[in-house]
Amino acid sequence: MSYRLGVDVGGTFTDLLLVHEKSGQVWTAKVPSTPADQSIGVLNGIQKVCERAGIDPKQIDHVMHGTTVATNTVLTGTGAKVGLVTTKGYRQVLQIARSYVPGGLGGWIIYNKSLPMAPLACTIEADERVSAKGEIVRKLDEKALRISLRSLKKQNIEALTISLINSFANTSHEQRVREIAMEELPGMPVSISSDVVPEMQEYERTVTTVANSYVRPRVDRYVKNLKAKLGQVADKVKLHILRSDGGLASAQSAADYPVNLLMSGPAGGVTGALWVAKQAGFPNLLTVDVGGTSTDVALIQGGQPRLRRETTVGDVTVRASSVDIRTVGAGGGSIAHVPELTKALRVGPQSAGADPGPAAYNRGGTEPTVADANIVLGYLPEMQKLGGDMELRRDLSQIAVKKVGDALGLKVKDAAQGIYNIVNENMVGALRLVSVEQGYDPRDYALIAFGGAGPIHANALSRLLGSWPSIIPPGPGVLCALGDATTAVRDERARTYVRQFSETSAKEIEKILKELATDASKGIEAEGVKKSEMTTSYQVDLRYHGQGLRLTVEVDLKDLQKKGLKSISDKFDAEHKRLFTFALPLEHELVTLRSAVQGQGIKIKRQLLKSGGSNPKAAIVGKQKSYMDGKDVTATVYARGKLQAGNKIAGPAIVMEMDSTSVILPKHTGHVDKSGCILIYPDNHKAPKKAASKRK
Amino acid sequence: MPATIVQRNKKPFKKVKVDTVTIDIIESALRNARYEMDTVLFRTAMSPGIREQHDEFPMIANTDGKMVVGQFGSFIWGFMKGYDGTIEEGDIFLTSDPYSVNGAISHANDWLMLMPVYRGGRIIAWAAMFGHMTDVGGKVPGSLPTDGTTIYEDGIVVPPTKIFRAGKLNEDVLRVVLHNCRLPEWNLSDFNAITAALRTAAARCVEISERFGDDVFYSAMDAMLDRNKRAMRALIRQNVPEAKQFFEDYICDDGLNMGPYRIKCSMWREGDKCIFDFTGTDPQSISSINFLLNEEMFKMFAGIYMIMVFDPQILFNDGFYDLMEVRIPPGSLLKPLKPAALSCRTHALGRIFDILAGLLGQGNPDFMCGAGFSDSPHFMYSGYDKNGEWYQLYQITFGGIPGKPFGDGPDGHSLWPSFTNVPNEFLESYFPLRIDIYETIADTGGAGKNRGGNGLRIGYRFLEPGEISIHDDRWLTYPWGANGGEPGARSRKLLQRANGTEELLPSKIDHVKVEAGDLLIADTWGGGGWGDPLERDAKQVAFDVVAGLVTVEGAKRYGVIVDADGNVDETATASLRKQMASKRGKKKIFDRGFESIEELKSRCKAETGFDPPATPRFTKWAAVAAEAMKRAEAAAKKGSKAA
Repeated sequence: MSYRLGVDVGGTFTDLLLVHEKSGQVWTAKVPSTPADQSIGVLNGIQKVCERAGIDPKQIDHVMHGTTVATNTVLTGTGAKVGLVTTKGYRQVLQIARSYVPGGLGGWIIYNKSLPMAPLACTIEADERVSAKGEIVRKLDEKALRISLRSLKKQNIEALTISLINSFANTSHEQRVREIAMEELPGMPVSISSDVVPEMQEYERTVTTVANSYVRPRVDRYVKNLKAKLGQVADKVKLHILRSDGGLASAQSAADYPVNLLMSGPAGGVTGALWVAKQAGFPNLLTVDVGGTSTDVALIQGGQPRLRRETTVGDVTVRASSVDIRTVGAGGGSIAHVPELTKALRVGPQSAGADPGPAAYNRGGTEPTVADANIVLGYLPEMQKLGGDMELRRDLSQIAVKKVGDALGLKVKDAAQGIYNIVNENMVGALRLVSVEQGYDPRDYALIAFGGAGPIHANALSRLLGSWPSIIPPGPGVLCALGDATTAVRDERARTYVRQFSETSAKEIEKILKELATDASKGIEAEGVKKSEMTTSYQVDLRYHGQGLRLTVEVDLKDLQKKGLKSISDKFDAEHKRLFTFALPLEHELVTLRSAVQGQGIKIKRQLLKSGGSNPKAAIVGKQKSYMDGKDVTATVYARGKLQAGNKIAGPAIVMEMDSTSVILPKHTGHVDKSGCILIYPDNHKAPKKAASKRK
Repeated sequence: MPATIVQRNKKPFKKVKVDTVTIDIIESALRNARYEMDTVLFRTAMSPGIREQHDEFPMIANTDGKMVVGQFGSFIWGFMKGYDGTIEEGDIFLTSDPYSVNGAISHANDWLMLMPVYRGGRIIAWAAMFGHMTDVGGKVPGSLPTDGTTIYEDGIVVPPTKIFRAGKLNEDVLRVVLHNCRLPEWNLSDFNAITAALRTAAARCVEISERFGDDVFYSAMDAMLDRNKRAMRALIRQNVPEAKQFFEDYICDDGLNMGPYRIKCSMWREGDKCIFDFTGTDPQSISSINFLLNEEMFKMFAGIYMIMVFDPQILFNDGFYDLMEVRIPPGSLLKPLKPAALSCRTHALGRIFDILAGLLGQGNPDFMCGAGFSDSPHFMYSGYDKNGEWYQLYQITFGGIPGKPFGDGPDGHSLWPSFTNVPNEFLESYFPLRIDIYETIADTGGAGKNRGGNGLRIGYRFLEPGEISIHDDRWLTYPWGANGGEPGARSRKLLQRANGTEELLPSKIDHVKVEAGDLLIADTWGGGGWGDPLERDAKQVAFDVVAGLVTVEGAKRYGVIVDADGNVDETATASLRKQMASKRGKKKIFDRGFESIEELKSRCKAETGFDPPATPRFTKWAAVAAEAMKRAEAAAKKGSKAA
C-alpha cells in the first residue's frame, strides 16, 4: 500500500493532502503553521491526516512539498552573508548591475538602489581570463587567490559564489577556484556560476548564482531538518520539493540549487488550479491567486503552464525557469488613496499587510484597504469570520473608506465600489501581461480564482476579460497542497548551443537532444520513476541571427528526421508572426537545446458531489445587503458545504466557506458541477451549454 | 501646406462626462498599451542601442496630437506642419529629419514613425515611436561625425514620408533608404519592430474605444490631460517664483578645439504661467554639437522634472502645455538653422537636465539635486576583421547619478529612462575586443551628505586593427554639487598602446586608429554631491571605504578619518570636521569647482593635459538669417494683430 502526501506551508495554515496511489482516494487536513520551526506544523498535520485516513505514517512513500522558505529569505533580506569571487576588473559587477534606473525620465531623482546580495566588502577578484570562445587568455594566479580567500575569512562569510567572465564557454577556471576555495575555507558551501546557470551575460549569471548562495544555508537547514523529522515517523519516505517551474526536485538537489525554488509556493497553486480545472473540463486557463499584499496570475495553455526563463522576487531577478507567474501589488490589504494634486483614485502598491491589516481587523490599521471596501460592499457578510474566529469590524471599515469618499466627493459605498473596480483593473493589467502581451486572447480561456480573496473578485475579472466561466474551486485554500501532491517528477537538461542553421544539421541536433534526454532520465530514475512511465519532450530556443530575443519551440523528432531543420524554423516563424505580427527573411540561429523527461502524475479519484436539483435553496443561510455594480441589492447567502451538483445559484449571491467567500454578481449564475466547482456564467452567455458538454 | 486628414466619418466626438474611476481605468489601460509597445520593440529590434540600451521612445496621443501617455512629448503637430500630403486610414509615416518636424527628433539616427489610429472611419488617437538606428550612412560609421558641419554629412535624412499607404508598404522608398545604411538588415528589423509596436498600440486603442465607446474614450483622454494640468498648475504656483531665476551651464568643447559653449536660461512665473527664456545661450556651433530643441519637448522635460521632484504620483502627459512658455532664440545652439550639423547633440540634450535642476532648485533648495550624468557618451569601434567581415560597435556608456535630497546617487548608472548597458560577454562574443576593466572609480562621485555616484571605467582591449570614436564631455567643467555638496570628478580617456606608449585622447574625437592589443581606458564622470559632506554619517563613509567606492584619503573630504578596514577614529574625525567647518565659508548652493571660465582655462593644461579650448567662432550667415527670421515673425505678428 503506498501513499503520497502534498504539503503546503502558508503564513497562517499548513495544508496537507494525502492520496492513496492505487485507488486515488484523498484525505485533507489543515493545521496552524509553526513559523519558528515549520516542520512541527507539518508533523502535526501528518498525524492528523493519517488519523483521518486510518493509516500509519510509515505507509507514506513520497512527500511533495511546495515551500516559500527561499522566497521569504529574499523578501525579508535574511539570507546568508555571501562572499563573491569575480574575474579581475569585475569586482563591481553587482554594484553596476545593468546600469538601469527604473521609473521613466527623471526616475533617478527618487531611485534609491538596494545593496547587492553579496557585499562589495566580501567580493574579491581572481587574476585570470577566459575569452568568449573559451580560450585561456591568462592563467589563474593561484597564489594571489589563496591570499584573497584568506582575507574573506575575516568577513565571516557564510556561503561563497564564484562567477568568472565567460565561464559559460570554459568552466575550468571556476572549477579550479572552487577546489582552492574548499581548501582555504573548508566546510563553506560554494556555488559556481557555470554550474548553476551556464549562460552568457555576466551580471545575470552572477546575480543568479549569488542568489543561490544567499538562500542556500537556510534552505539546506530547512530541508535537512524536515527530512530528519519525517524520517522519525516514516522511515522510507522520499522528500521532494516543488520547483519554480512546476517540476519536482529531490531534497538534495533542492538544497544545492535553491535558486530554483523561488516560485515553489505559487507554482503549487498553479498546478493545483490546473488539476481542478481539468477535472471540470477546462484545460485553457487564467489562474488568479489573490493574497493579502499581492496577486499572482498565470496562463495555462492546453493543460501546460507557460514557463519563462527568469524569476523575479522583490527587486531581484534571476535566470531560473519558473512558471510564468506575474505578480501585481494588489491584494486584500492594498491601501486606497487619493493624491492631493490629481484627485485620482489609486489602490496600492502600499499594503497594510497582515499587520496592522485592514481597518476591519481592529489592530490599529486606519487606512482603507481593498478588504475594507469589500466589507462595506457587503461581500464579506457580517456572519463571516476570517479563518473561523476573527470578527470583522464593519464600522471601522466604513470610517476608513469614508476618507477616500470625502476626497473624491463620493458616498462611502460608491467609494468602496471605486476601490473594488480599480483593484480589479490592476489585476486585469497583470492578466493582460500573461495573455494579450503573449499573443493569447483571454476570451478563449476560463478563469480560476483562489487564495482567500480570489473568489470575491473572480466574477468581476471574468467580466472584464470575457473569460468564461469563472471557476471557484472547492476549498480554494488547499489548492496548493493539491498541486504539490499531483505534480509529476520531472527533470530537464539543457545545453547552450549557439549555431546558425547553416553551421549545423538536423542529425546533429537530434543526437544532442537524445543525449540530453538520457541524462535527464537518469536523474528521475534515481527518484524512483520506472523507464516505462517516462515521457520525453524536446525543445529548442532560437531566434533570427542578430536578434536578442529567443523563442522556445517544441521539437517533434519524427518531423525533424523527415523535414529537417525546416520543421523547426517553420514553427519559429509562425510563433514570431503570432507574437509580433511579422516574420523576417533572415537566417535562424539556435541558442539552447533542451530535453525534459517526466514521470506519470498520480491519478486522483474525483470526489463527486451528491447530485441535487437546480434549486439551491437547501444551502441558503441568510440574506445580505450589498452594493453591486453601483446599485443596492439584497444578496442571498449560501453555505458552500451544503451545495449539491446541479444547483444553480442566481446572482446577486454570496457563497461562504471557512476560508473564503465567493461573489456572484447580478445577471450571473453559478452552476455547481460534480467536481464541486462553481462555474459562473453571465445569464446571456452564448455557449454555456457547449462548454458544459465539453466536459463529458 | 500642412497635412490633410481624410476621415470617412465626419461626425465630431461628443464631450461626455466620465466618472473618475472610468478615467483611472482608461488611464491604466493606455499605460499598459504604452509598455506593451516597448516590449514588442525590445524583443524584435536588432540595433543593440534599441534592444539592449532601450534608446527608443513611444507615445499615444489624443485626436489633437497631445500626448496622453509616453515620455517624449508631442511632436505630431510639428510632423503635420512638415508634411503636405494626405493622412488616411492604414497610413504609417516615417521621418528622420529634425528640421522638418521642428526638432521632434533631434538627429538623423532617430527614426520617427507615426500612425493615425482609425475606428469607424474617424481618427480616435495617434501612436508614435522613435528609436536610434545604429547607422544611417554618412561620413563615419555610426553616423555621428564629431567634425560634421552640415546635416548632409550625418547620413541619409528622410523627410516626412508615407511609408505605408493604406497598410501597404512603399518598398521602393524603403529600399532607397536602406541602401544608404551600413547595416541595412539591422535598420530593416528595427523598422519592422517599430511598425509592429505602433500596430499593437493602435489595436489597444481600438479595444478601449470598443469597450467604453468613442465619446467616452475621447472625453477620458481629455480628462486625463485636464487632470494633469490642474496638478501642474498647483506645482508651478508652489514652486516657481515670480522673480527671475537664472542658471547657466556649459558644453566643454565642440570637437574642433573651441569651447566652452554656454547654455543660459531664465525662468519666472507670470500668474499661472511659467516662462523659460534661453536668451544668452551661445549662437549655433559650426560643428555638430547643436541641439535642435523642440519647445514642447522642453516643456515635457521641465514638467517631468517637477513631477519627479515634488510629486511622483502625478501621471505625466501634455495637459499642462499651456502653462509653460519656452523662448529659444533662433540661430542659437538650441535652435540652429538648417543645414547646421546636429548629430552630436547628445551633450546639449543631457545638459538641459542640469539647467533644469539648477533653475528649479533655486526656488526650493531642499529639493535640488546635484549635476548629474547629463550626457550619453558614445563609444564606437569599427573595421574589417581577419575574415574580411565588417564589424561596427556603437555603445552608450554611463556614469555617476548625482546625490539627491532622497539619497545617494548610484554608481555607474544611466540618467536616461530604461537604458541598460550591453553585457560585456555579449560584446566579446560578437566584436573583436575584450573588456578587461569594468568598474566604477573610487572618489569620483562628489562628496556630500548624499554622495554623488562614481563614474565608470571601461578598459577596452582591441583585438583587431580598426578605428574608434569617442563622444564625451565634462572633461573641463565639473558636474557641480548642490546645497553644500562638492562637484564630481571629470571624465578622461587614456589609450595605452601595445607598443608601450600612452596618449590622452580628447573627449570628442573620430577616426582614432587602434591596433590589436591596444587598451583604451575610458573614464566617465561622477555625479555632483548633495548637502554638506560633514553631515554624512561617518559609518556610511566607512562602509563606502570598505566597499572600495571611497578611498581612505577620499574619506577626508567628508572630514572622516578611517582606516582601510572601516574603523573610524571618532576623536580625529570630530576635530577634523570642526576644523573644516570653521575654515570654509558660507554654504554654497552651487559648487561648480571653478570661479570663472578664464580661471578654469588657466589650469586646464596642468589638470587635464590638454591646452584649453579656444573661444568659439560663430558663422555669420546664421546670425543674419536669424535676424531676418525675427523681423519676418514680428511683421507677421503685427499683421495678424491689425487683422
